[in-house]
Amino acid sequence: MVVTKKVDVTLIINGQTHNISVEPRRTLADAIREDCGQTGTHIGCEHGVCGACTVLIDGAPARSCLMFAVQADGKAIRTVEGLAEGGKLHPLQQAFMDCHGLQCGFCTPGFLMLATGVLEREPDISDEDLIDVLSSNLCRCTGYQNIIKAVRMAAEQMRSN
Amino acid sequence: MSLIGRSVRRKEDPPLVTGRGMFAADVSFPRQLHMRIVRSPFAHGLIKSIDTQAALSLPGVVAIWTGDDVIDIPPIDFRLTRVEGLEGYRQRILATGKVRYVGDPVAAVFATDAYIAEDAADLVELDIEELPATLDASDAPSEFEPGRLTEPAIIRKGYGDVEGAFREAHAIVELDLSIGRHSGVPMETRGAIGRYDAARDILEMYGAAKVPHWNRDQLARMLGRDRTAMHLHEGHVGGGFGIRGELYPEDVLVCAAALRLERPVKWIEDRREHLIAANHSRQQRHRVRAAVDKEGRILGVENEFFHDQGAYVRTHAATVPDLAAAMLLGPYRIPNYRATGHIRLTNKTPAGTYRAPGRFESTFVRERLMDAIAARVGITPVEARRRNLIASSEMPYARPIDTLGTEVVLDSGEYAGLLDKALERVGWTTLQNELKSRREKGELVGAGVGIFVEKSGLGPFDNVKITVDPGGAVEIVTGAASVGQGVETVIAQICADTLGVDFDRIRVIHGQTDRIDEGLGAFASRATVMTGEATRLGALNVRQKATDMAAELLQCAADELDIVDGEIRKRAQPSGPSISLAEIAKHLLPTSKTRGGREPGLTGEGWFFTHHMNYPYGVHVAVVSVDRDTGHVAVERYLVAYDIGRAVNPMLVEGQIVGGFAQGLGGALFEEFTYDERGEPMNVTFADYLMPTAREVPEIDVLICEDAPSPLNPLGLKGAGEGGTNAVGAAVASAIDDALGTSGAVTQLPVTPQRMRDILDRALPAKPSR
Repeated sequence: MVVTKKVDVTLIINGQTHNISVEPRRTLADAIREDCGQTGTHIGCEHGVCGACTVLIDGAPARSCLMFAVQADGKAIRTVEGLAEGGKLHPLQQAFMDCHGLQCGFCTPGFLMLATGVLEREPDISDEDLIDVLSSNLCRCTGYQNIIKAVRMAAEQMRSN
Repeated sequence: MSLIGRSVRRKEDPPLVTGRGMFAADVSFPRQLHMRIVRSPFAHGLIKSIDTQAALSLPGVVAIWTGDDVIDIPPIDFRLTRVEGLEGYRQRILATGKVRYVGDPVAAVFATDAYIAEDAADLVELDIEELPATLDASDAPSEFEPGRLTEPAIIRKGYGDVEGAFREAHAIVELDLSIGRHSGVPMETRGAIGRYDAARDILEMYGAAKVPHWNRDQLARMLGRDRTAMHLHEGHVGGGFGIRGELYPEDVLVCAAALRLERPVKWIEDRREHLIAANHSRQQRHRVRAAVDKEGRILGVENEFFHDQGAYVRTHAATVPDLAAAMLLGPYRIPNYRATGHIRLTNKTPAGTYRAPGRFESTFVRERLMDAIAARVGITPVEARRRNLIASSEMPYARPIDTLGTEVVLDSGEYAGLLDKALERVGWTTLQNELKSRREKGELVGAGVGIFVEKSGLGPFDNVKITVDPGGAVEIVTGAASVGQGVETVIAQICADTLGVDFDRIRVIHGQTDRIDEGLGAFASRATVMTGEATRLGALNVRQKATDMAAELLQCAADELDIVDGEIRKRAQPSGPSISLAEIAKHLLPTSKTRGGREPGLTGEGWFFTHHMNYPYGVHVAVVSVDRDTGHVAVERYLVAYDIGRAVNPMLVEGQIVGGFAQGLGGALFEEFTYDERGEPMNVTFADYLMPTAREVPEIDVLICEDAPSPLNPLGLKGAGEGGTNAVGAAVASAIDDALGTSGAVTQLPVTPQRMRDILDRALPAKPSR
């Protein structure tokens, strides 16, 4: 147990700069939620398995519970709050609603960010690879079938846009 | 066009996909303290001393409580299925004298920051003298405390002449079957925020779920407050599944602390805590036997089972063993029956209900029994089932048995018809041929069937208050709860249809005890049935008030009027003059001159009472392949055929079934809480408690049927929540047997790869592994 001095960190979340002061041990997930007020990113296990806390860091999906806030200093972070643009839902958000890809919605932000990161890098991802990617996050309500459907539907739409 | 029966998109979704949800951890108040629980590291032990000195000296620590500090607060009481003898086994909110499981709360730390609270918890020194742990519920009972054994009660149910049935039997089959300890494990861990508002003298708890009204009553009683001065608030809930929302020690602690420390107190569970402290479920061992005639017809069933309750008896009391004993009978005609269920305490996490409680377990047992009967009399498993199914002409079928305080009367069902539909849907005969030819080529593939009866719509009541405001917006306030299942959408669909208003104008408020005095919440697949019918009745009341006012204004009789899209007009004159519900609401304002002698407000209540549950039913068909080398069981195909009387929203029903199936699959193949010989839990992270991922859950086929509407409510509704889970263990076990060409190979769930390897070694000893 060590209580340490706080350090200044700049988190750039969805294009907005948050100058915060946190202990070096503070997780990025806690900093995003508690220090920056962006509570759309959820914490489900705090050891990197469930993926509820998935955010994009410089475009790549990352578990924000496994990073310290200081490690994200100055990096571009994207969270679920930044997906919709100008009041228009992201194709993934719309597809999750259309396909009933969520029930309780707790895991949803993590799945949305995971899928966003993957589809932006790999818009033509195969069905098999997609299931592999989606198996990195846990959902307890849907049985995954509608999540897979939703991501496929959104992928198609993102390709045609 | 009617909205009932349409796959309307959910009202719940927009905030959830945009990160605007309000889950327990998202609730914060100025000056809030954070609570951290110090938990027992031993499965069983005597508390010698607890030293909080070092922890208290940490800057930011405000208080630390141990059992003595809350000794005035009574233990947590039973919500359901109270049976005599259980009281002495209830859990106090902090342990005193003894600890009884790893995870038992022994102290509560309150600090200004969650990290500091956790630091301080590490500094609390526990001196606990370890005692031997009781870990097997089927061992002879041991001492719980002087004068009390670890068997507080035995559930006994039955009827008929069981001895006679076994005397006259052509054959007797006997099985010894076990179901593994696993649980709901929602993605959101538990959380609770207590806040005392001295200005109004109101104590509030946020993070409520499932049964906010019952919890309000209990918290008020335990803390010595009027129930009108205790408010519970449900926000978004990240999954329920039976375990979330029950009253736990931590809920009481945050409320007590908010009162005593005069600051808001927030507690958010971490995942390790969740896996050792939130309710476990399912663990049972059944010694079952059946007497059959030479055609395989059941003459009688006798079942003695051991229910591993864990360290204390929590809110569910005897619910799970009670349901297991009553629902074991399933869809079959069983003329003589005796069940003896031993409730046993062990030094493990206390147990409660989990989706299809007592049914996932007893369906596994019953359907294993049907397979054994088939093998014994030389008929196919399907034929054995068919010969014993209750016929639709026998409905309603009263079993001389009760459960959850209600008589079991199977209200409606076309059991054989659904079996036919399911087999046709999967192409059973063709499938059998395909599997046979694959087996001849050396593959271990097989198919299995599980048939079951679910239960839903537990009463005794539900109620709603519906208000149309002068702007035309409709608000429905209900005591139901939402754990993610889509209750807002379903309730709005029923209201839109009945009242004649636009679905998008309806707002559904649930889980707020300050908005409605009574409510029973969301469990036992009750919300659509109970709250749905209460909504229909409430909407009819509003409709009557509206047409009564409109009749005067439109100069006609009320029964000549119809309401469509919020506009009231003569049924015979669809294009004639109309008046909107918003206008009617204005006419009914207290100050309105047109109101006359009518009560102010366009509002209505709906109360629905029932003394019986209703009984949906289903058929699961599994096709599995077994990897001879690794012991991995892959589900290649799966069908759930389910008759729910009437599907309000087929998309949501299917979602319930597929999601329920995934959880059933976890219990059948992957998920298990295991303990070492000292009672140390071995599955405390998601790395060793294995829930199915997108890789393990196959695409499944769902057949929703409406052949047997419930006669117990006018819409014919039955519940959808648990049918996807119920028979997964049963069907998968049957399919594994078929793959191996043996009967009775699977006696224990989950069939983990290790267990599958053992089964393979026993079942196929002669075949060399490749």
